Amino acid sequence: MRKVVVVQTFGYWGRRAAHMALVVIGIATINFFLLQLAPGDAVTVLAGEAGAATPEYLAALRQQFGLDQALPVQFAKYIGNILTFDLGHSFRHGMSVWRLIADRIPATFLLMGVSIGFAALIGSAFGVIAARYAGRAADTAISTLALLFYATPVFWIGLMLVVVFSVWLDWLPVGGMMKIEAGYTGFDHVMDVARHLVLPAVTLGLFFLAIYTRLMRAAMLEVYGQDFVRTAVAKGVRPHRVVLRHVLRNALLPGITMLGMQIGSILGGAVLVETVFSWPGLGRLAFEALFQRDLNLLLGILLCSSVIVVIVNLAVDLLYAWLDPRIELG
Amino acid sequence: MTRFSLSLTRRAALLLAAGLVAFAGSSYAQSPNPLAKRGGTLTAIIQPEPVILTSAINTAAPTGTVSGNIFDGLVDYDSQLNPKPALAEKWDVSPDGLAITFHLRKGVKWHDGKPFTSADVKWTLENVWQKIHPRNQATFGRVKQVDTPDENTVILRLSEPSVAILSSVNSNGAQVLPKHLYEGTDVLNNPYNNKPVGTGAFVFKEWSKGNHIILERNADYWDKDKPYLDRIIFKVIPDAAARAAALEKGEVQYAVFSPVPLKDAERLGKLPNLKIETRGYEWLSPWLFFDLNVDNPYLKDVKVRRAIAHAIDTKAVANVVWYGFGKPAISPVPSTLPQFHDASVPQYAFDPKKAEALLDEAGYKRGKDGVRFALSHDFIPYGDDYKRTGEYLKQALKRVGIEVTIRTQDTAAFTKRVYGDRDFDISSAWFAAFSDPQVGVSRAYWSGWIAKNTPWTNGSGYRNAEIDKIISDVQSEPDPQKRIAAFKRFQQIVQSDVPSIPLIELKFFTVHASNLKDVVSTADQIYGSLKNAWFDTAPKTN
Repeated sequence: MRKVVVVQTFGYWGRRAAHMALVVIGIATINFFLLQLAPGDAVTVLAGEAGAATPEYLAALRQQFGLDQALPVQFAKYIGNILTFDLGHSFRHGMSVWRLIADRIPATFLLMGVSIGFAALIGSAFGVIAARYAGRAADTAISTLALLFYATPVFWIGLMLVVVFSVWLDWLPVGGMMKIEAGYTGFDHVMDVARHLVLPAVTLGLFFLAIYTRLMRAAMLEVYGQDFVRTAVAKGVRPHRVVLRHVLRNALLPGITMLGMQIGSILGGAVLVETVFSWPGLGRLAFEALFQRDLNLLLGILLCSSVIVVIVNLAVDLLYAWLDPRIELG
Repeated sequence: MTRFSLSLTRRAALLLAAGLVAFAGSSYAQSPNPLAKRGGTLTAIIQPEPVILTSAINTAAPTGTVSGNIFDGLVDYDSQLNPKPALAEKWDVSPDGLAITFHLRKGVKWHDGKPFTSADVKWTLENVWQKIHPRNQATFGRVKQVDTPDENTVILRLSEPSVAILSSVNSNGAQVLPKHLYEGTDVLNNPYNNKPVGTGAFVFKEWSKGNHIILERNADYWDKDKPYLDRIIFKVIPDAAARAAALEKGEVQYAVFSPVPLKDAERLGKLPNLKIETRGYEWLSPWLFFDLNVDNPYLKDVKVRRAIAHAIDTKAVANVVWYGFGKPAISPVPSTLPQFHDASVPQYAFDPKKAEALLDEAGYKRGKDGVRFALSHDFIPYGDDYKRTGEYLKQALKRVGIEVTIRTQDTAAFTKRVYGDRDFDISSAWFAAFSDPQVGVSRAYWSGWIAKNTPWTNGSGYRNAEIDKIISDVQSEPDPQKRIAAFKRFQQIVQSDVPSIPLIELKFFTVHASNLKDVVSTADQIYGSLKNAWFDTAPKTN
């Protein structure tokens, strides 16, 4: 009996890993050919920025960048690179794509982690409260607020927060990740980054928060209406225990799905906020790479993004099975 | 666009014409300012983020703004566009114009302590300016040999006189690289391109991509007592509204190249802690224009092109669309080049009736719906100001019966469409004319550039054998008066044919803190060094 389970599990993991690898390679292939559709190349962008160039100079750059080779050759090289975990070289930046991405990842993780964490916790709490007092004043207030955050464009919230808290009140910095002029170290440095983090994380978080609030409220109300909750209440379980033990746990699944999707989009999801707050994250890097036709870099970021998506999907599936034993892996 | 070299100055032209002897160094570069205070960190905006920090390899604007502080030129150009000694203390040109000698300053050191010598100049000229530099390949193409009789003397031997050289040797036009770090390497991929070692007033310290670039004071700088600032931090701030907020709050004290939207500029200029400065761009002489694709079945008719010119009110473009940050243009050679500018060219006063008459005459009557024909417009994707200009065009042409559809795209798609595929009807662009039309203006009309997929060249597709001949003749013409006469003839012809319609001479602006003094000391300040800048009172910290 035990042996069968082991074999099944192993089979599951083998299939799952092969599946994930295929998805990633497939995404990489589609990305490669899709990006070829964009008119112009990195060399004309560079020449455009330089303000002048000769056809010879352009040809020399194309040769250096490998853009003079036939598309199938470029593609074969690209896939070959991926299979050896080499993301290639960004000629525009004169750096390896790995290094460029690694430089930006910490800032992105920090911003997305804090804002998603803030949104998931506060948003879920709001949702639980709103569902608990459905139809009453607290519910109306929370629902209105959530709708407002949801409907307001992110960049506008960001700019308004800057105007109020940075320009008028002068409490927080306008943008960036740290105050380089001050040269802080140790605890001062952490506090400095935290101060810079507040506005972008809140801006991004407010939008997510609205989603969690609405999702959690709806899921809670649905579970409230089910028989086992009535049974629990009839048994005499105390109200807040019913909320936490019986309703919340069952209502968590949609929230987890949402969380998985958001973490999956972590790499590209914050372009606007990163731009408004000059936050040195990956979203901006990808955005700029697109306009600069820096395809090696853009493909590298997209690939990392797809890897994160498949890993998070796996994690979400595992979490499902743990939260709700009725769901089986397989 | 073309934001690279300085070009011929009046002074240089005169010197050349006189078969000149020597231009002795004035005290300009060496004299310390008795009022200036030492110290302080200047926080500036750099936007967009540079690709590379070495102007010798990439002539893009943000590269020039940072690089000009790290490197010196052989000369500087003062606010009257006169050359002033920098790395070269003096220079002379042989009477036949075939030898140019630079006498280099003694005792100058690279930031890594190695001496700066004539070998660096020779090596850079032969390996970078002649081979890699996007534009200098033409300027220095006539240099057939470089002699270095001693460590402080460089002699360029030319096959033909080349007026453009002496006007291209500032730190942006012809940046000297350290031979000892570049020789024998792949120059385009040399790691020092991104952590440059120069001779300039500021030393490169750190570049955190997407964040900031830090430069520190060069304590060993040859220009004694300078620079006055301890540090310059260039911050990357991609959002225009955030740039305005950072300037308003005082977190940033210096930003070049019209860093905030025009409508914000006026407001910021009224704040007591900020100043708007339009000097420092003199040598650029930028002008904005519409290119009319002469291969289009309607636009190939000169009457239609003239009608369109009559339908556009350049005063409205300058005062309304550009909030006064521009001046109506008469000719593609801007009035800021007074010796070359020809105000007597054919002009197309704003006159919709005349425009309609010309269109009728060309055989394009208004249809039942009032429309004569339809065209598309691709505006240069450099921001809202250019889009607004396109919207103005749409309105103006609708009035005379031409329907215009505005198309939007990013820069790569735009340059390919206009300069490669030629799949457009009317496009907009701005070029820098520089102080010599040979450098900045002729490329817009020379037929050799058509459909070469090289950005910022002949977009209209205009071909005229006489114009081509004038353009090739002026390059090796040593007599300044003859060159001026040739350029005036050039303007008469192109303004009669109007393949492109000059709209306005653009005025870029710098925003800086009021307590930052002597921000502008050269005509190319935006690509020059901030070695003369100083803080009157300490910058606000927070």
